Amino acid sequence: MKKFKMPETLSQEINNFELLNSFILKREIFDKNLIILVDQSNLINVFKILKDEQDFAFTQLTDLCGVDLPHEEIRFQVVYNLLSMSNNSRLTVKAFTDNSNSVPSIKKIYPAADWYEREAFDLYGINFSGHDDLRRILTDYGFEGHPLRKDFPLTGNVEVRYDPDQERVIYEKVDLKQEYRDFDFESAWKGFNYPENQNDIEESTDD
Amino acid sequence: MTEKENEKFRINFGPQHPAAHGVLRLILDLDGEVVERVEPHIGLLHRGTEKLIESKTYLQALPYFDRLDYVAPMNQEHAFALATEQLLNINIPIRAQHIRVLFSEIGRILNHMINVPAQAMDVGALTPTLWGWEEREKLMTFYERACGSRLHAAYFRTGGVHQDIDESLINDIYEFCDPFLKVVDDLESLLTENRIFKQRNVDIGVVTKKDVLDWGLTGVMARGSGYNWDLRKTQPYESYDEYDFKIPVGKNGDNYDRYLIRVEECRQSVLIMKQAIEKLKPGPIVTDDRKVAPPKRAEMKISMEALIHHFKLYTEGYDVGPGEVYASIEAPKGEFGVYLIADGTNKPYRCKIRAPGFAHLQALDYLTRGHLLPDLSAVLGSLDLVFGEVDR
Repeated sequence: MKKFKMPETLSQEINNFELLNSFILKREIFDKNLIILVDQSNLINVFKILKDEQDFAFTQLTDLCGVDLPHEEIRFQVVYNLLSMSNNSRLTVKAFTDNSNSVPSIKKIYPAADWYEREAFDLYGINFSGHDDLRRILTDYGFEGHPLRKDFPLTGNVEVRYDPDQERVIYEKVDLKQEYRDFDFESAWKGFNYPENQNDIEESTDD
Repeated sequence: MTEKENEKFRINFGPQHPAAHGVLRLILDLDGEVVERVEPHIGLLHRGTEKLIESKTYLQALPYFDRLDYVAPMNQEHAFALATEQLLNINIPIRAQHIRVLFSEIGRILNHMINVPAQAMDVGALTPTLWGWEEREKLMTFYERACGSRLHAAYFRTGGVHQDIDESLINDIYEFCDPFLKVVDDLESLLTENRIFKQRNVDIGVVTKKDVLDWGLTGVMARGSGYNWDLRKTQPYESYDEYDFKIPVGKNGDNYDRYLIRVEECRQSVLIMKQAIEKLKPGPIVTDDRKVAPPKRAEMKISMEALIHHFKLYTEGYDVGPGEVYASIEAPKGEFGVYLIADGTNKPYRCKIRAPGFAHLQALDYLTRGHLLPDLSAVLGSLDLVFGEVDR
């Protein structure tokens, strides 16, 4: 059995493969993870190389998920986690997209992507072009909105209850008896930021 | 042929159905008794775990992992603990590592003791279930004695484990091991050579090597088809590389092979548990980094600093990152992974849970095409699904 290929080695191998290397916009190494960022227009080509080239042989799609970055220029990330059993290595591929653009579906390359793409569509509203069955998967029938977006409230928008008059379960707007408490821990562990200049403190107390 | 025999129809299966292993709704297209298409509708147990985790501190997020695959709770926590430890770049004490291994293997037996009999029950055998549950009950007592809770353990904390386990518990776990092997033998005597069980499972739900790759199948589903792939061996985490155990691998990739593998994994888990108990030496059970793990209660009585640390940890929690990691473990059902994005605050920015059951259920349509309707429930049983983790 091969030993786990460390990300530095894998990164070196990608360097040696010129075509693939040219598609990569950025790469990062965190502990045992190599993360590469590619443009979504090259995504299909990248996955074809990663899957078919024996040097990489990333034949299994372990995971696919969306990430919401509302403050960035391009709002969504799609993250693909790949596994190669024959080479014993892992790779994370990332691409960016936003509301108006779609990401090419990789269902034809990795059939497992089917449900994962549906999930990313359901939870983030990311569009996958070429996916023939892009329906909601985890949320309720008739659900509105994309719950994992950062601007979707944690409590949701609707709640259900059984209505004895209508003799069925009905949906109502969420009514919180107590306001949701969200604490700010921005300064955690770092302590108070004392101003260097004494005059600053006096100014701030005047306010 | 009469007109009736040609009839094609569509039926609804579940969401409340004893063979659905939880809340699974299937839309079945049938041609007589032959399954032409299966469309699973999942999400009936969706609780928004990932969204909730984003709004909680790392410590508060941990218990959600017990509620994913509630059949083997601690294994899930393990993945999250490993992910945060990788981001924080801390090592955990030796004793904590062995305790984690010990309880991970208990989790594996917990899982297989429900799955193997459930698979048998799906094809009509009741007795194995009763025997399996009896063993589970004993193991859950060990859970309770270690962490105070039978199911929702919250035991594998970042930096180690929550509490130390005492000598009497270790002895009792050791005494559990050998009699349990006898129970596994008894269970096998009911099923392995059982004519009905074999008729219902041999050559049913065959998974080829290519299917494993295409559909992202892991764990027993991959090993049943001949892949010698177990993360405990191939990408060892914790101290699994110090342990001596074997990985059972199947040949045919059918339900029956997967059953045999699960039974053998129970025996191997017992081996690991015994080794873990021998390796357990007195020592710390949690990292001494006070910015991550709370101080001892006795220390808090005399040290002001310890008291502050305790207060800060249980209100603000600890800051992690920035960074992103994918940490995975060999859960009883397959590869369970956590993809964690930390932004340097005390809450995870994004926590994607990679549940093995999600990928396995996805392949159900492909695996059962052309099978008979009763085979569907047999395949469903051998996929080893728990909807807590499929729906998250």
